[in-house]
Amino acid sequence: MIRTNFQHALEDLQKDILQMGSMVEDMITCAVKALAAQDQDLAQAVLDKDEIVDNLDMAIEDKCMKLIATQQPMGKDLRTIGTAFNIIKDLERMADYACDIAKTVKRIGKEPLIKPLIDIPRMAELARSMVKKALDSYVEENVSLAEEIAADDDQVDELHNQIFRELLVIMFENPKTITQATYLLFIARYLERIADHATNICESVIFLVKGERVDLNP
Amino acid sequence: MRENAAVFKATDLNLWYGSNHALKNVQLTIAKNKITAIIGPSGCGKSTFLKVLNRMVDLIASVKMTGSVCFHGKDIYSKDTNVVTLRTSIGMVFQKPNPFPKSIFENVAFAPRIHGIKSKEELYAIVERSLKQAALWDEVRGRLHDPALSLSGGQQQRLCIARVLALQPEVILMDEPTSALDPIATLKIEELIVNLKENYNIVIVTHNMQQAARISDDTAFFLNGELVEVEETGIIFTKPKDRRTEDYITGRFG
Repeated sequence: MIRTNFQHALEDLQKDILQMGSMVEDMITCAVKALAAQDQDLAQAVLDKDEIVDNLDMAIEDKCMKLIATQQPMGKDLRTIGTAFNIIKDLERMADYACDIAKTVKRIGKEPLIKPLIDIPRMAELARSMVKKALDSYVEENVSLAEEIAADDDQVDELHNQIFRELLVIMFENPKTITQATYLLFIARYLERIADHATNICESVIFLVKGERVDLNP
Repeated sequence: MRENAAVFKATDLNLWYGSNHALKNVQLTIAKNKITAIIGPSGCGKSTFLKVLNRMVDLIASVKMTGSVCFHGKDIYSKDTNVVTLRTSIGMVFQKPNPFPKSIFENVAFAPRIHGIKSKEELYAIVERSLKQAALWDEVRGRLHDPALSLSGGQQQRLCIARVLALQPEVILMDEPTSALDPIATLKIEELIVNLKENYNIVIVTHNMQQAARISDDTAFFLNGELVEVEETGIIFTKPKDRRTEDYITGRFG
């Protein structure tokens, strides 16, 4: 094998992305935990992590550009770097959504929740596990795993619709709930978007491995 | 996709230098008004293939060939092909600039004169047109009668291209035309090649993969005398089909 240094640099890139990914997973879990426990400190901790993720995003982007400039990657190497560009943008967006959830938690504050939270934590767990599986499929270059994750996204969408209908009923019955119900709807929407970004990662994985563009979220 | 009309079509092409099987069953179509790059490691047969296209291989005694190479549908190795006429329409540019030890003007006027053009005005018009097409005119217009060898390497190579253009060939074959040039001269030649494709069909052999990626429309990858893959350049360098192509373009060869 020649180009050992380049190979190592590509492996490092993958490690960086995984580090960024596990931080984002953590942010999603903590944001929804903060919601359920109405824990303002935990919400703030999520917000504090955003800067770290943003810095990782920029650092990885710089590495990618440097590799293009210095190594003239071709073929699979080029797709590996192109894929890295896309994945870090998806992860960075997910971190932003986790922060949006954390900000919403702060807005709700200590006001009692209008309903017991069941579906939102389920949605959060599903979305988080999609992120994890998407990154697993990336590391293993596992196309069938990437395709399976699209099915999880359908479940997330289904939960999103369910939450929407349920909150609508609650708002009809008691207009005083409208403010918080709207906040919860936003949170469900943020989780739904996170799941979509996880699906984007899966599409990137398929492109990385096969060089083909697929739409897993038609 | 690789759709333009064919200029060259090689079918079941085999070539031996003595016992060395240098081209193995090559099937390759070269499309009109496109730049086709031929890449591959040393000894893969790419230059040999180029030399087959204008019958330069005729000059090597030990060569044996089977199969056919058609130029606009006509086999160039058939008995009734006039090699001189053929080479008039298929010009060639080599690795090292090789101007004649004559003036800039005479280098370009040489071939048209041999082909019977005597009028001074006509020759001057050809020289001016050719030097303009080769993007050299502005640099030499005031010193056309200086020795060609007083030009820089990059200018000499553009002069050699002008010399080819003087005969208004249909095809220009280029065998590593920039490998002896500095990066700036290389970029000038590359610009020139891309501008020439409107009116000429260009086949270029290059060791420089980035060059193939920058300027060509189609890329053919040769390995050990075999044509491994030919595809649109954008595809060859992002998602080639053959593992061997992938290994070569990503520098993991061998």
